[in-house]
Amino acid sequence: MSVDPRGLRPSYSFPQHVLAEIHRAADQGLYEIRGYGAKRHLPTFDDLVFLGASVSRYPLEGYRERCGTDVTIGARFAKKPIHLKIPITIAGMSFGALGANAKEALGRAATEMGTSTTTGDGGMTEEERRSSKTLVYQVLPSRYGMNPDDLRRADAIEVVVGQGAKPGGGGMLLGMKITERVAKMRTLPVGIDQRSACRHPDWTGPDDLTIKIQEIREITDWEKPIYVKVGATRTRYDVALAVKAGADAVVVDGMQGGTAATQDVFIEHAGIPTLPAVRLAVEALQELDMHRKVQLIVSGGIRSGADVAKALALGADAVSIGVAAMVALGCNRPMFIEDYHALGTEPGFCHHCHTGKCPVGVTTQIPELQARLKPEQGARWLKNYLTVMTLEAQTLARACGKSHVHNLEPDDLVALTVEAAAMAKVPLAGTDWIPGQNSRY
Amino acid sequence: MCGIVGLFLKNPDLRPSLGRHIKVMLIGMTDRGPDSAGIAVYHQPVERNSCKLTAFHADPHHHWREIGGQLAEALAAEVDVEVKGNHAVIKVAAPDSGARAWLKKNHPDVRIMGYGELMEVYKDMGLPADVVARYGVDAMEGSHAIGHTRMATESAVTTEHSHPFTAAPDMCLVHNGSLSNHNNLRKWLRHHGHDFETDNDSEVAARYFAHRMGEGATLAEALEAGLSDLDGFYTFTMGTRDGFAVLRDGIACKPAVLAETDDWVAMASEFRSLANLPGVDQAAIWEPKPAVVYTWSLQ
Amino acid sequence: MITVDLADTSVRALNDRLHKLQPETNERAWHVINPKGAHALACGLTIPIEVIIEGHAGYYCAGMNKEATVIVNGHAGQGVAENIMSGEVRVKGNASQAAGASGHGGLLVIEGDASARCGISMKGVDIVVGGSVGHMSAFMAQAGSLVVCGDAGASLGDSLYEARLYVQGSVESLGADCVEKKMTPHHIAKLERLLARAGIKTDARRFRRYGSARRLYNFHVDHADAY
Repeated sequence: MSVDPRGLRPSYSFPQHVLAEIHRAADQGLYEIRGYGAKRHLPTFDDLVFLGASVSRYPLEGYRERCGTDVTIGARFAKKPIHLKIPITIAGMSFGALGANAKEALGRAATEMGTSTTTGDGGMTEEERRSSKTLVYQVLPSRYGMNPDDLRRADAIEVVVGQGAKPGGGGMLLGMKITERVAKMRTLPVGIDQRSACRHPDWTGPDDLTIKIQEIREITDWEKPIYVKVGATRTRYDVALAVKAGADAVVVDGMQGGTAATQDVFIEHAGIPTLPAVRLAVEALQELDMHRKVQLIVSGGIRSGADVAKALALGADAVSIGVAAMVALGCNRPMFIEDYHALGTEPGFCHHCHTGKCPVGVTTQIPELQARLKPEQGARWLKNYLTVMTLEAQTLARACGKSHVHNLEPDDLVALTVEAAAMAKVPLAGTDWIPGQNSRY
Repeated sequence: MCGIVGLFLKNPDLRPSLGRHIKVMLIGMTDRGPDSAGIAVYHQPVERNSCKLTAFHADPHHHWREIGGQLAEALAAEVDVEVKGNHAVIKVAAPDSGARAWLKKNHPDVRIMGYGELMEVYKDMGLPADVVARYGVDAMEGSHAIGHTRMATESAVTTEHSHPFTAAPDMCLVHNGSLSNHNNLRKWLRHHGHDFETDNDSEVAARYFAHRMGEGATLAEALEAGLSDLDGFYTFTMGTRDGFAVLRDGIACKPAVLAETDDWVAMASEFRSLANLPGVDQAAIWEPKPAVVYTWSLQ
Repeated sequence: MITVDLADTSVRALNDRLHKLQPETNERAWHVINPKGAHALACGLTIPIEVIIEGHAGYYCAGMNKEATVIVNGHAGQGVAENIMSGEVRVKGNASQAAGASGHGGLLVIEGDASARCGISMKGVDIVVGGSVGHMSAFMAQAGSLVVCGDAGASLGDSLYEARLYVQGSVESLGADCVEKKMTPHHIAKLERLLARAGIKTDARRFRRYGSARRLYNFHVDHADAY
């Protein structure tokens, strides 16, 4: 390795990727659209650690002593709440963004693990309803594919106000992914770039959302839990309003949350990280005396059982995974490397879901590429990953002396950075200092 | 967010039943606003050169009579105090500015909910049915009233944060919606001498309109100016000395229904609140157009 | 004819009865009195019965209707027949905002005026309005037909896909990518059939047709200011 004698210095404000983006913008005249979630450095759950067993706290044995992981969602109003064996669900991802094989793999794995999957901005496919025992049906601003039959055969309904990747933005699917089948489901011409509404067509605001939720309950005879999903922004108000509007559960998606396609500026510059969002959501619920009565599902950058345990310790009832599920299915796996190169990227850097040319067959409608993901293989991968996450969460919970993962609490955690301490409202390790403790929040 | 209602009686024979009707209208909006409720009633005008203030203190046994006595002495004017729960209606034989200034200086913990010559404002936390019962709204007579039920969005649930917001004599505002540029507007209004009691966006709107009218704009002109200066989603209903006004923003996502007969004009966020008004089956029912100022007055 | 009085019965009880009807039922004619602006009346119906609402309905009346015929003898609040799949919904008076929102099929007739965003996001429903429609009507309308016998408010058909719009009166302004198109004998015949189904007598040849210019179908920098 030789030293470059020219002593070149990169610009912090204009690094390589910013220069490339300005050149691209100058060439194309349109904002950059891509998939995935925020890539920038953010405070995450990595900055929190558990206080394991000690002289004053005793751990549970890993084998004979049970550490429960089950959770019930939606007992507030629904006749048939959802019972999950693990507190990890699969987040909403559309058929259209994902191919049919991916959706089927997600469904199979979730069924085996006793958890749920969620439809996305395109409606419910037969494959997903068949393969997924517990299916949450999204009601989005676009209403693509919305129909009462699917509403009635869903197990739960999720009214989507927004998502972490683009809070305030609607769905996006570019032309090459609008195949015959996708176009038919969404009532769109084949091959166009889908523009989506960012607001619901028939309600705006929590007061009218209350009435909309009532209508959905009426149509489904009050059977199914109704979730309200928000991208994390003014989380405290949003969660309180979702409760007041009559939600059975609230889903909060932090800014790390992924998407298959949206403007890069939206992904990187809107929304707050999952770390503060969890705490804000829990405080809103506690203030209304609704913690554990209205369930909180948290998503956005959940990657391991440690993240699961930390989210639960901060007060969530369950978490949801999107990007991580796709990665389990093969996203960014080092195979078919020439196809990554053809997209102008490498395994480990790929965010090209929007192109529809996913080298591993997950976010594509092209049959030859889809064939690279066999549903059975994908299901096995995802099932293994979910199993690992659950075991990891149990390991940490047992080390903290918990017989159920829901008994994890904020006091089991300390922070490694000042930002994480302030955001999670957990003391900086070795101190009892929580920055901002006396502020309005 | 909220439900808003307004009732304006054209036929004086209906005035004794104003409170009864506005109570039903307000309770009809409970689902939209379970956190708190408020009404402004226009009735019982005071004499010339007198004023009427509606004041609030959280302590139900606040020493209102004593305060009234001190005020009378300080202003060398007759003062009459009528206590209604945690509110008090204070009539002063003097202009409102002096009375308000004295109260602010000597009893800063007393909140002025409304002031003018005939407007009384009652607002508090709790379900609409409880709030109207608390102040005996049922029995109130008058020419017109506006009301609000609140589902708090971005600010706290407190009595002060409830609507209506008063910003000028006999003028108050109720709002359904969510402004998006109120924080900057608040700074601008503060710079122009307005004081704020809350961080509520609706208070900003009320003081903005008062500011424009203070500069010489008519009510209609002030509302028109609001269309450019206020950003966000809103249906406003304003109570004024002589009547009321309704305005929706240009996008008009927040609802509004108007109904009119020979005897009355009424507005509400949903038809449900109008459904029990006398003669509603023969009423003209329509929706106010976006970005158009609607006003009704006794003149 | 079965009468349900909402002064004595809850909306939940009404909808529950209607949802429990079997396809072979002989209870096909329903009369709902004292609606007083209640929400979600007769929503989620699935069989070809007829429900008449005697008075004004609140939001989402006949929401997600399938097969049934729902008639409102009065005005209807926001989102009447939202996401209708099939069947017919008729409002004798006026309809509030978002009438027929995201409707997939069937027929929605508003004999009076419809408000803002009539036919927003429609996906195949046919909507016929005897009076006028408010601003942003047929916003992002994907498929189906919107027929307006009166006038249309500002930004008609903004971001239109393949829905067809017919207006007899004036159009305050057209939305992004919405343009006037030629009325051919084919369109006139189609419009005549729609008007006949709606029971509205007027001359189809007086209408003008509007549709998508399709310039926004693929993102292109030259159309950036239309976004």
